[in-house]
Amino acid sequence: MAYEYLADGVTSDVSFRARAPDLDGLFAAAADATTNLMVRSLDSIAPAVSIPITVRAEALDLLLLRFLEELVFYKDAQCLLLRAANVRVERDGAGHRASATLVGETIDPAKHELAADVKAVTLHGLAVRPVGAEWQAEVTVDV
Amino acid sequence: MDSALASIQRVADAVWEVPSTTRPGMRVPVRIFATEPLLRDMDDAVFAQAANVATLPGIVGASCVMPDAHWGYGFPIGGVAAIDPATGVISPGGIGFDINCGMRLVVTDLTLEEVQPRLHELVDTLFRRVPAGVGSSGFLKLSDDEFREVLVEGARWCVRRGYGTAEDLARTEESGCFAGADPSTVSVRAITRGQNQIGTLGSGNHYLEIQVVRPEHVADAALAARFGITRPNQIAVMFHCGSRGFGHQVASDYVQLFLHVMTTKYGLTIVDRELACAPFRSPEGQRYFAAMRCAANMSFANRQMILHRIREVFSDVFARDPAALGLRQVYDVAHNTAKLETHVVDAVERELLVHRKGATRAFGPGMAGVPREYQETGQPVIIGGSMETGSYLLTGVASGAMGFYSSAHGSGRTMSRTKAKRQFHGRELQRTLETRGIYIRSVSYAGLAEEAGAAYKDIDAVVDATERAGLSRRVARLVPIGNIKG
Repeated sequence: MAYEYLADGVTSDVSFRARAPDLDGLFAAAADATTNLMVRSLDSIAPAVSIPITVRAEALDLLLLRFLEELVFYKDAQCLLLRAANVRVERDGAGHRASATLVGETIDPAKHELAADVKAVTLHGLAVRPVGAEWQAEVTVDV
Repeated sequence: MDSALASIQRVADAVWEVPSTTRPGMRVPVRIFATEPLLRDMDDAVFAQAANVATLPGIVGASCVMPDAHWGYGFPIGGVAAIDPATGVISPGGIGFDINCGMRLVVTDLTLEEVQPRLHELVDTLFRRVPAGVGSSGFLKLSDDEFREVLVEGARWCVRRGYGTAEDLARTEESGCFAGADPSTVSVRAITRGQNQIGTLGSGNHYLEIQVVRPEHVADAALAARFGITRPNQIAVMFHCGSRGFGHQVASDYVQLFLHVMTTKYGLTIVDRELACAPFRSPEGQRYFAAMRCAANMSFANRQMILHRIREVFSDVFARDPAALGLRQVYDVAHNTAKLETHVVDAVERELLVHRKGATRAFGPGMAGVPREYQETGQPVIIGGSMETGSYLLTGVASGAMGFYSSAHGSGRTMSRTKAKRQFHGRELQRTLETRGIYIRSVSYAGLAEEAGAAYKDIDAVVDATERAGLSRRVARLVPIGNIKG
């Protein structure tokens, strides 16, 4: 798995660390870490709905925050559990842009074993950085 | 050990201060309300965060820390900061993402003996009728315009539509409606997220609990009677929830806006970006204040609709009218807000913007804003504990000025959710608690494990410290017999 939940992180909420060889993979892994907090098995999410998204930010950490916020938004607004496919993180002028297709389906408690309700992506300890030959991100979400 | 803690001084039995000279930039001391054991066990991050809060422009008196404090975003949870509105800032981190997260307590005329035989039916029906957990929607389907009305009117909108009584409003902080809410300050995303969430409990530490007040747990019978607790083994209902995705989106939107403008437009330098803020009197600060009040009103409406459901369920299960069952709201009080209040600081009466994050307003007798029927007693203060250990009803006291009339709000976590999930098992916990007379229904067993009692501080110790610090006075302890979680 390209992410792990941190036991010694914050007390009220949940922190995770994601890693990948490149930024595209890192954002996809962080998206899975976020969605996996809400549903026990990512494999239980069928690819019934596709939503293209693009977010922009000057800094990479805020770009990741906005990217993950899309998952939280669609969970509440349309009751969707989503994963990120075709993720692309690029330079965008002085800042950055991330685009992806969010793929998933409507929440069904009979099918999906639900867990925590992620309500916000926070700035606490938020980091996106290269570590050796890979990229790592640390994120804390409010549940 | 955090350096802020090294310079701590005891100033009263359960009050401690870290001088403002401890760190560069601190404008006021940190004032911690705690007994020695609670102080010793607080996260180091609490002291560091409270010291950071003490650097905020316009802060007055002290950066206060409640006995249940633990790490939060920017501010500790259990943090109170009073800011001069003319010169100071407003910070979403001082209010929390779940704007107007709060507690509502309802008493009944039923006793344990009457409820026990129907407990499973009662809890199961509540579990079906009060949506909880990931992606849950309420039964109220509102148009955009109707939702905006709710944002302006709060619980009053619900009562106007028949979902409650005038007495409910009278026994709700701000009568269930923060004045000055302006839906034009709220993003379309926030409205889209929150529109279908009124009447839902949420998840995490949010719950709805059936509780009993045993005679041995009444600390002050006269006060308890004033709050409607009059008979042995009386049944009460307590619930804890907030403004759901709507409040979180409001907070997220404005944190990002403030991050941008606080340096580029206002030249504010802060020690931690989680304290993102804007001058209170600035256009951005005023817009956030208006949006925050929309979220506060959405939360009052949310708790009002849940109370409506509770009345329906009790009526169905016991085949009696809710009034005949004596279902009466004791109080609804927020613990994540910022409000303009009048306080006396250094013998001068001032209007201050009081940020309370994980801190309950606890106004004493005779204070403006306390319902007429509680003017002699002080405002009811509701402190929710874990599903294993019970909760407390207290009252505001005249000595609360040192903490800007604030109190603890819960037990306070001591263990991370990830760690709790590894240490406890939801199903096993559910079975164990049932043998102890607590019947639990939860959408998520993992979520249940995260809320194990051992993941929290000892609520008796928190309440003891709250009382000894002069923040509020205990009235009764309420013990769970049934619990619903998201």
